[in-house]
Formats: sequence, structure tokens, C-alpha cells
Amino acid sequence: MFYRENGQFKTSYRKDQQIFAIAQDRWAILALIAFAFIGVPFIADEYMFRAILIPFLILSLAALGVNILVGYCGQISLGSGAFMAVGAYMAYNTYIRIEGMPLIVALLAGGFFATLVGVFFGIPSLRVKGLYLAVATLAAQFFCDWAFLRVGWFTNNNASGSVSVSNLNVFGLPIDTPLQKYIFCLVFLVVFGLLAKNLVRSAIGREWMAIRDMDVAAAVIGIRPVYAKLTAFAVSSFIVGVAGGLWGFVHLGSWEPAAFSIDRSFQLLFMVIIGGMGSIMGSFFGAAFIVILPIFLNQFLPWAGGMVGVNISTAAVSHTEFMIFGALIVWFLIVEPHGLAKLWSVAKQKLRLWPFPH
Amino acid sequence: MKLRQLVLATTVAAAGLASALVSTVATAQTKEQFFPVLVYRTGAYAPNGVPFANGYVDYLKLVNARGGINGVKVSFEECETGYATDRGVECYERLKGKNGGATVFQPLSTGITFALTEKAPGDKIPLITAGYGRSESADGGVFKWNFPLAGTYWVAGDVIIQDIGKKAGGVDKLKGKHIALVYHDSPFGKEAIPILQERAAMHGFKLSLLPVTHPGVEQKSTWLQIRRDRPDYVVNWGWGVMNSTLLKEAQATGYPRENIWGVWWAGAEPDVKDIGMGAKGYNAITMQHGAEKGSAVVKEVLEKLHAKNQGTGPKDEVGEVLYMRGLFSAMFAIEGVRQAQEKYGKGKVMTGEQARWGFENLNLTQPKLDALGFKGVLRPISTSCADHMGANWARIHTWDGAKWQFSSDWMQADEQIIKPMVKAAADKYAAEKKITRRTPADCQS
Amino acid sequence: MAFFLEALLGGLMAGMLYSLVALGFVLIFKASGVFNFAQGAMVLFAALAMARFAEWVPGWLGIEDKFLGNLIAFLLAAVVMFVLAWLIERLVLRHLVNQEGVTLLMATLGITYFLDGLGQTIFGSDIYKIDVGMPKDPVFLLDSVFPGGVLVNLEDVYAACIAALLVVVLSLFFQKTGTGRALRAVADDHQAAQSIGIPLNRIWVIVWFVAGITALVAGIIWGSKMGVQFSLTTVALRALPVIILGGLTSVPGAIIGGLIIGVGEKLSEVYLGPYVGGGIEIWFAYVLALVFLLFRPQGLFGEKIIDRV
Repeated sequence: MFYRENGQFKTSYRKDQQIFAIAQDRWAILALIAFAFIGVPFIADEYMFRAILIPFLILSLAALGVNILVGYCGQISLGSGAFMAVGAYMAYNTYIRIEGMPLIVALLAGGFFATLVGVFFGIPSLRVKGLYLAVATLAAQFFCDWAFLRVGWFTNNNASGSVSVSNLNVFGLPIDTPLQKYIFCLVFLVVFGLLAKNLVRSAIGREWMAIRDMDVAAAVIGIRPVYAKLTAFAVSSFIVGVAGGLWGFVHLGSWEPAAFSIDRSFQLLFMVIIGGMGSIMGSFFGAAFIVILPIFLNQFLPWAGGMVGVNISTAAVSHTEFMIFGALIVWFLIVEPHGLAKLWSVAKQKLRLWPFPH
Repeated sequence: MKLRQLVLATTVAAAGLASALVSTVATAQTKEQFFPVLVYRTGAYAPNGVPFANGYVDYLKLVNARGGINGVKVSFEECETGYATDRGVECYERLKGKNGGATVFQPLSTGITFALTEKAPGDKIPLITAGYGRSESADGGVFKWNFPLAGTYWVAGDVIIQDIGKKAGGVDKLKGKHIALVYHDSPFGKEAIPILQERAAMHGFKLSLLPVTHPGVEQKSTWLQIRRDRPDYVVNWGWGVMNSTLLKEAQATGYPRENIWGVWWAGAEPDVKDIGMGAKGYNAITMQHGAEKGSAVVKEVLEKLHAKNQGTGPKDEVGEVLYMRGLFSAMFAIEGVRQAQEKYGKGKVMTGEQARWGFENLNLTQPKLDALGFKGVLRPISTSCADHMGANWARIHTWDGAKWQFSSDWMQADEQIIKPMVKAAADKYAAEKKITRRTPADCQS
Repeated sequence: MAFFLEALLGGLMAGMLYSLVALGFVLIFKASGVFNFAQGAMVLFAALAMARFAEWVPGWLGIEDKFLGNLIAFLLAAVVMFVLAWLIERLVLRHLVNQEGVTLLMATLGITYFLDGLGQTIFGSDIYKIDVGMPKDPVFLLDSVFPGGVLVNLEDVYAACIAALLVVVLSLFFQKTGTGRALRAVADDHQAAQSIGIPLNRIWVIVWFVAGITALVAGIIWGSKMGVQFSLTTVALRALPVIILGGLTSVPGAIIGGLIIGVGEKLSEVYLGPYVGGGIEIWFAYVLALVFLLFRPQGLFGEKIIDRV
């Protein structure tokens, strides 16, 4: 009744092709963005910002990048942690070594170098497919793990191999308090989200999806696999690299290669699969699930145990967290194999018909 | 059917979000000194993290049993980090404001230490990194909020070389010899390199560096290289499963365990007890204490806590090496607060800033330590504005197949070598972060 | 020369150990098309079961003899793995029939988390010992030919022999027995197999059980070498290059791939490593597998990928 396109007539091609064609969608997204920028700062406290919102924003940006590669182009990649690391370390080097480098330029430079590395490690995708490719991209992950530990140049020849940044500022505004960090990451996310949404609806996006669905047929009708696959790697690595830079600079402040280990790669892949492959919204859902659920369980389990009168040790909480997490993943996959985004679009479909059942 | 699942999913999500918001409601102010306890009881480093955690928590319980810090009771909360930096950061954010504010954090992980070193000054909460963390944080002039009490990695490396020299018949006899450093490929492992390179340049021995990738279970190629190069001595800078794997591989390749020296995180029961006689002769440096089952504080813990079923962990773990380390890490935290109370008011709850002053002006004399139950275990520790380490004594103990036995006297690290290194590294950090060294006026506050 | 032989032997032995773990992956993929990410967690779970039962059984049954105790522990652990296989089929696989490969992959990831938590809850997170009587001290061969002799790790030799035996048994199982034939039929085409009356559910339980036993053997051997602890799950990551090099559907491929990767890893670390500071063996294995893949995208012995357009 409330959510439908009835009465919304498009009078130009431009209006017909816009991202949120239904007016309700547009208002909802604008309201959400407004709430994120203006409303959340009022209700969230420091812990929410530092431990939940900022990691959520940065990881959804990274999941967005991974979704472009895995969900839209169908190339399973387990090297995302490495690309985040490249983004972080190259942003660090650009920031430290060039006097007066603006922060945003440094982060984008990190993304650029991540693109180069991503394209290089994407070359095997031209020959190798599917699970073989997934394992082959692990070569990128382990190589980068090793390179950042061994090659002193990346860490400014720091004896311990750990790097840190401080005194971040953008056009003179400091990025110091949790609120400023939150707004900074949110701006990046909104800009990149918009870019990604439009990119996947464009010609190159359609080429990616064609390659994903039937790559031989796509090649037959004239889509160049080399161009499509490598651009997917390039765009994905750029976004993941920028996310890596944000993770190191804004969230951690000081990091070592282990912060971008293979666990991070798996985490990003989970977010994409749980959230919904081939869906921009899915990246956000998946990131929310993976970031918030462990923290929620960590708080909830001792509280629940307290209600029942059982004192659960931290180790037991940690183990139960794992078990519930695993069980929930399996449950979600049984209930909706296409991820949370599919649940969301089913909801929208139902809303269009509401209050009628069909 | 789909709708039902949809509704279920949304309620779960909403509940999750709601509880995440609710959990951050501030608790009522209590008159207790709050100590967050960052532990890892799960994951690849759990076997070594568990005894430390048990020792730490037991000491906090003991303090309450003794009557608190001048009457102020101690409250604590464990948080599982799994040795992962981002979980450690999340634990820090969650606990720093709880129960009136965290007094001090002890991350027990070099990675988490690096991350928290950035955040703690802003939140005005000190960090104690007893025997780990950045070696240059001993320089209090730059690192106002870090306290590597009782020893840093450069102290450890230095004393190990001293002991190797002793066993070789004098440090001058090391000339021309070959020492291999098998280290955990991480900032923790790399801390050993500067001091060993410094000593290698001084005494003329060859130092070869053999990194072992985390978690350290694959060391076959490392030991193949050791077979080929036949170094005279091996220094083990590992943590967790890497240590027991190293000794097993040493046994499998026939390398004499008497020629292996481990850092103080590589010389505890979990590393050797499964190997038993196979690790006999393995030496490890101790951060002053070893396995101290006969000490007064252990007896007190058994009496006051374990006898009443209030102990954390199994009884036979009390007094083991890592348990003791947890015990006295907690002791430093408590004594620092007690010292702060001297200045800011006895019997009052101290804030993080006040506790920091306490850690900077720690003066644990031998009589004080003996009274706390650490007679024969620890030597005096006294910190100052310039020196946040407070003591640089160490001993070596050797595994005899069934237990650890001290095999050396008390040794001191050579400050002539270490002090310049610490100052240079601290200055480099200050330049990078654009911090100025603290003024003498700031030292007084 | 002596050292080269040592490194080569060491590499071959290490490779056999990786193959042991890789076999589990291959078995499940062959028969059900699922890439079982949970294999590492299964190895850990099986090893924990074995280690803890070996500890507890003498207490429960009052047995003094070590061999008997170990045997009973092994049987108990095998029963546990069977129950696990049955539960996985019942609760997970049955509901995900005909889903895409990536969904099933994700489901096995969920199983990994679950097993990690469950294993450590039931059995604990300390380092546990498995003592099956493997020799721990080295043996030096060819002392007369090469000074100092060539170091041979007897424990590894035993492990390699057990791995070879396991492969022979599995090959015989697949080729000669009725169940084996049924498994191969299911691997070929699920629907056709179902249409001739092969019960898919039972086949999947059998496959996961066999993979579980393989995981148990791998867990015992690795656990005997390095102790049973959470970090045992990382051996699965070492086995991945082996599978993609050998081909996801080939049992001999797992062995040959393992040998190649093992030798490649050790030789590269020992000879190339010192020039670049060391620690290269993990990524070198992956790069080596990648290079092979560029020439044969389906692995050395894998099924040729046929795309129908």
C-alpha cells in the first residue's frame, strides 16, 4: 500500500535510469544517510563508535570491494587481506615519506598501489577458474604477509616491523575524536558506495556479470575476458586498498602485518557470502552480521548465563561464540542461500503487495 | 513461511542491535579499584596464556583477601583477546570506562601493545608491559604511559649472550663462533635482532637470523638449515606452540639442547613438559623469577584461595613459571596504585592518571617485596621519570627433564650497551610522532 | 651433497604429511562436490578426541597396557567421527542439496567455526600429547659415504608409510568394493546415481566418515609430531596448494602433489631463503602450485574442466 511505483511517472530517460527509481526508496536512503550523519552522533557513545560503528563502516567498504570481485564478476578471491595490507602500508609510506601529504591523497595512493598489486595477482584468473583460483589468490595473501615482515622499506626500517600514524587531519580539521573518525569513514563509504552502485549498473558492470554467469558465452559474444576480469580486480583492489588504509590509519592507529592476515581475507569473504553476493546492500548486511554478532554474543552470553545462575568463563564464552556463529551461518544458508540481501529484497517484494498476500 | 523467517530474522537483528546499545549504559560508581584483565584462554597461544591469566586473577583475589589496597577493594573483569590485535582493541574500548574507569591495561601481546600505545595516552590510562612490548618504552621521557617493568627484550637478549659467553669460557671466546636466532616472525620476535646484532659486532660472533612464520608449527626447513650450518648456539625467541615444536625438531635433528637458550617467554612448563627428557638441558632466561613453588606468596595463595575453592585454575599450576609471571604482573599493578595512594590519598580509588604517577615512582625495596611474599623471587624494582623499567636483573634456568632449575647467579644487563640503543629508538619514535621529550617539570607531576 | 639428500628426504616426508590432510579434502570433493573447508577443524577435532580419550580411557577402564589404551582411544575417536559425519549429513547437507558450490563452501566454513568451538569446549584448549610410540630420535644413514651421515627422521618415515598404506587402502576401497563404486557413481552424476537407487544420504555419511577417519589418522600423525592444540588447524592451509596442484578430484594427485610441494617448499627455503631473509616456504608453495596451474588449470591429475555454452 505504501511502497509501490504507482503514480510515479518518469518523464526523461535520466529519471528512468536513476538508482533508486521508486520515490519511497529514495526517501528511505536519504533518511538513512541523514540519520547516519546527524542522528547517530547524538545517540552513540564512544564505545559504540570505536568498537562497533567504525569497524563496521570500514569493513563494509572492504566487503563492497570484495563483492565487486566475487559477487559481480564471479572470481573467488582469498587475497583481500593482502590488498588491504598493501593499501595500508603504501598509504603509510606515502604519508610519511612525502612531507605535507594530505591524508585523503595518501589513502587514495594506497588504493592505487593496491590496484597494481591486485591486477598483478589477478592475472592467473585469465587461465584458472573457480576454487582453483581461490586457492591461487592465497599466494597473494601469503606473499604479502611475508613481504611486509621482511622488506624493511615498507615499515620505514622500523626495527620491530610495526608502524603507526598519528596527527591525522583533513584540510586542517583534526581526525582525532571517535566522532570525527566516524564521519570521515562514513564520507568515504557513502562516496564509494555511490560509485560502486553506479559502476555495477554500467556497461562494465554488465560485462562483469556476463563473465560471472557464463564466461565462455560472454567471450563468444565479444566481451573481452581479459579486460573484464582485470578491471574487476582493479576496481575491487582499489576499494579494498582504501579500506585497508582506513583500517590502519583510523581504526588501529598502529599495526603489524598480522592485522591483515588470512583470517581477515576469510572474514571479508564470509561477509560477502552471508550478505549476498552480487548485491551492494549485501555488503553492508554481511559486514553488520560479522562485526556485530561476535560482540553481541560476547555481552549476551555472560548475561544469559547470569540469568540462569551459571558462571561462564571467558574461554567458554569465546568457544560458545564460535559455535553459535558457525551454527548461525549454517542456519542462514539453509534458510536463505542467497544471503541477507535476498531476504531484504523478498521483504521489499512483500511490501509492494502489502496488505495483500499475493 | 518466508515471511515468518523474515520476521524472525529481523527480530534477532533488532535484539542484537538493542543489546549492543544497552550494554554501553554506564554502571553505577563503585568504591572499587577496577582492573581489566586482557587474557587469551583460546587460540594458538592459549597453553601459555592460561597460566598467566590464572596467576593474575589469583593475585587480585589475594589482595581482596588481604584487605584490599589500604582498604580499597579490587574488582576485575576478564576479556578474551585470543592474541588478536583488533579483539584486544575492542576489549580495551569496552572496559576502559567500566566500573569507574580502568586503572591499568596489561595486554600480554606485543601487537596489542603497539595498538594501545597509540590510544592509552589519549584516554589517560597507563600500560604495564612487564617483560614485553617495545624495548624503547623504557625511556619514560618519550613514553609517558608505557611501563615495561622489570625487563625488556633488549635486557633479555643481552643477558642471554652474557650467559652463553660464560658457558663458552668468557665472552671473548665467542669470537668466530656462530649463533643462530630462531625467532617468531612478528614484531615480538624481531625485537631480539637489534641487541643481538649489537653484541655480535662487539664480540665478533656470526649471527644468522632464521624466522619462523606464525604460529610456528612448521620448522623443518629451519632445522635443516641448522643442520647444514651447525651453529654453536641457538637462541629461541618464540611463544606458544613454536617453543615445543622447536625443541621437538631439535631432538629430531640431534641438536644438543644444552646449546639452546630461550627468551623468558620460551622457558615455561607448557613448552617442555610434553617432551620431558627430550628437552633436558634446554636453558631459558627468566625475568628474575622462575618456577617458585616454594615461595611465600604461593603458599599464601594456596592457603587463602585454593584451600577455600576460590582459586582460578588447577592447584598444581600455582607456582609454575607463567603463573608466577601473572602473579607479579598483578602485583606491580597493585603496588603502583598503593604508591599513588601515598600521594593522592590513602584509601581512595585512584584514577588512571594517578596510578600512572604511582608506576613512575615505584620503589619496591627488598623488605617490601619480602613482606609481599616475594622473598628470593624478586629483586628491588624502582622506577623514575627517565627509567620506566625499574630493574634489569635476570637469571638463567635449565630444564632437567622434570622441572626447571636455576643454573646461574643473578645477572644484570649491560646498561652501557642498552641505554644508548633505547634513547636512539625513543628519539626516532618521538621524531616520527612529533612528540617532544618530557620536561623536568612534567616529570614532577 | 649429503645436505641436499637430507633436504630432499625432508621435503618428501613433509609432502607425505601434507598429502594425508589433502586426502580428506579430495575424498569429500570427489564424492559430493563440496570443498570441505572444515577439514582442518576435523583434523583438530579428531586429534583432540584421540589425545583425550587416550588420557581418559586408562582411568575409565583401568587398563595398564599403552597399546590397548591407544587402540580403544582410536576406536572411540572413530566412533566420534562417525557420529559427526552423520550429524553433518543430517543437519547441514540434507538441507543444502543442489545448492551452488559457494553456498556449500560457506556451510563448511560454518561447520569449521562450530567444530573449533565444540572441540575446545569438550576437550580443552591446552596442548595435549599423543603418544603412539613413534621414535623421536634421529637416525643417521650412509655414515660411511658422507661424513656425519644423512639425517633421517624415523617418525616421518613411519608417517609416510602410514600415508602410503592409507592411500592403497582407499584406492582398493574405491575400485574393488561395492560402496566404493557407488561413491564413484555419485561423484560422476548425483541424479543418475539416485535414479538407479543409490541412497545419496547414506553415501554422504560414508564419505564424510571416511574423510573423518583420514582426518583422524592425519591428526594422530601430526599430533604425535607437534602436540595437539588449536594451531593444528593451520596444517590445512599447508595442504591447499597440494590439492590444487594435484587436482581436486584425484587421490594419486594428492600424493604426487604433496611430494612436489613438500620438496619445493623445503628446497626453496633452504637454498633460496637465505638470500631473501628466510620465511618464504609458505608462499613459495602457493606460487609453485600457481605456476603449475597456469599450464594445467585443472591441476596435474584433475578432471578436465569442460564448459558447455
